Amino acid sequence: MNASAGRLSLWLLLTPFLLWITLLVLVPHLQMLRVSFQVRESWDTLAWGLEQYQNFFRESYYWRTFLRTGVMSLFTTFLTLLVAFPIAWYIARLARGRAKGLLFLACLIPFWASELVRTYGWMILLRESGVFSAWLQALGWADGPVEMLYNDVAVIIGLVYNGLLFMVVPLVTTLDGLDENLVEAGYDLGGGHLTVLREVVVPWAMPGIVSGCIVVFMLTLGSYLTPNLMGGKDSAWFTEQIFTQFITRFNWEQGAALGVLLLFLSSLIVWLGLKLSGQSLRKVMG
Amino acid sequence: MITESDLSCSGLVRRFAGHAAVDHISLDVPAGTFFSILGPSGCGKTTLLRLLAGFDRPDEGDIFIRGQRMNDVAPNKRPVNMVFQHLALFPTMTVGDNIGYGLKRKKVPAAERRRCIARVLEQVGLPGLENRNPQDLSGGQRQRVALARCLVLEPTLLLLDEPLGALDLKLREQMKIELKHLQKAFGTTFVYITHDQSEAMVMSDQVAVMRNGRFDQVAPPEVLYREPATPFVAGFVGDNNRLAGKVVSVADGLASLRLEDGSVVHGRLASEGLGPGALAELYIRPESLVFTGADSPAGFSSLNARVRATLFDGANSRVEAEHLGQPIFARLPQDGSAPGLVPDAHLPLAWDPALACVFGVGSL
Repeated sequence: MNASAGRLSLWLLLTPFLLWITLLVLVPHLQMLRVSFQVRESWDTLAWGLEQYQNFFRESYYWRTFLRTGVMSLFTTFLTLLVAFPIAWYIARLARGRAKGLLFLACLIPFWASELVRTYGWMILLRESGVFSAWLQALGWADGPVEMLYNDVAVIIGLVYNGLLFMVVPLVTTLDGLDENLVEAGYDLGGGHLTVLREVVVPWAMPGIVSGCIVVFMLTLGSYLTPNLMGGKDSAWFTEQIFTQFITRFNWEQGAALGVLLLFLSSLIVWLGLKLSGQSLRKVMG
Repeated sequence: MITESDLSCSGLVRRFAGHAAVDHISLDVPAGTFFSILGPSGCGKTTLLRLLAGFDRPDEGDIFIRGQRMNDVAPNKRPVNMVFQHLALFPTMTVGDNIGYGLKRKKVPAAERRRCIARVLEQVGLPGLENRNPQDLSGGQRQRVALARCLVLEPTLLLLDEPLGALDLKLREQMKIELKHLQKAFGTTFVYITHDQSEAMVMSDQVAVMRNGRFDQVAPPEVLYREPATPFVAGFVGDNNRLAGKVVSVADGLASLRLEDGSVVHGRLASEGLGPGALAELYIRPESLVFTGADSPAGFSSLNARVRATLFDGANSRVEAEHLGQPIFARLPQDGSAPGLVPDAHLPLAWDPALACVFGVGSL
């Protein structure tokens, strides 16, 4: 009686999780995988085949965008880490009491607005008739309006900004737990700032660094709005191609194949990252 | 200035928000000495140690190490290493890498480094543990790794911040003796801070008793114990009984005190300027109290206490008695010759006045 009641409550607790995993993660992805291997022969006949994948490799525009997206995402992740680390260090180690909470809040506030609004914020700053352009002209550093939007730099700025919070939070958490004495011991035994950072702080913060990088990398790789709005003709993002296939071309089979490839790419890079940093997913995700 | 001292400080002051945590401290530590700074928590001893290590800067005063002024030298450039309270072994490195960290900073080549690490591990009694993780070691082993990590760099001065505090009692006793031997073997000057008087007494050549940012007394352990300079030292170092009274007369360095019940007792005068009529306190150690029958030895002071309980603790067994409402502890003779000590029995106690110290009340 008691045991069965326990089992029932366990199942009740698990149900939302299982529903979520099955309906929103498992089923759509399996469906996507299935669709990606279906070749439309005529309007109502489907056959199994690899045509969509062959298209991907045959059409250089596809795989070039694919590689570009991967490399730019890695670069963006690295840049986010560089920007987030000093911020996290300040919040975790130097700020005290109220200041700590306020700084954390300052990192969080932009995320109360939607990604769309944040991206438009950057567009207001960077566009030809925007704030920065006006300042440059007022200071006499530029003769005419300067267009800073619609290029890779603009895309990366937007992506770093979007990823920042997700890097800062895990870093603050790990750096918070770093014993001040370890840092002092690092200096005491003859280390300079760089040595202490490299030998003591970074190894300690590795789980936070890796978990932040994984989250930011996945967010960046899968982002659509920022590259779409801030990027130019030459800065295509792979998600835009998936969108085009599904929505514009109504070619679900091709879109599904591209989606599966993107999923494969992100899984591969995360796995490589874990292997290279000597971390395990369990340790990183706590 | 004497050149033989490894560490000398003069007039060190460190203030936090107007309060002086270290208040005009001067000290001089000869080379090869085991020097302890003993004091209750909050007396400023950790602040002093951090000034010596370079993690903090004095507001006033100078620090010299082997004659070199250290005030403006960064911690990583000082010939000083520190064993932290919680050891601060790098958890992301093996034992070997922990010890090799400092050698690497000194640009010692890899082969030489391995030899040094092996040798120092041998010296601290942990041969062959290079590849273990610090987390996998026992408390005592970790302690030794922390020592080895510093000693391998052959510092002029090794600072130790209560490193034995985290160990259990048995291990602590053992490490005390071991630390003393290691210090002699390496010949390095140790500056050890602790609030545990037994640690300071057992290991040190010199002990400084610190209170409220100042040194009350700096002396070898035995002098500290036998001739405390202040009532604080008398009460803090070892056990002591305290009897309050009024000075009746002073002669030949001996003071006579009239207690509340009218009896007169004697003790060595320990603070200056104490005249008849002054309030004073007499300190007498439990082992200096002898059990007497009806008549005490000639020249001894005596009092009549009442037994409360006997506290058996092997060689340290004591009797707890009461005199004028105040507890008095006396050490039980080792041969079991103590008279019948049933509770409420009268207990005549006597002492040699030379072994008791009399301080004026309010004298610091």
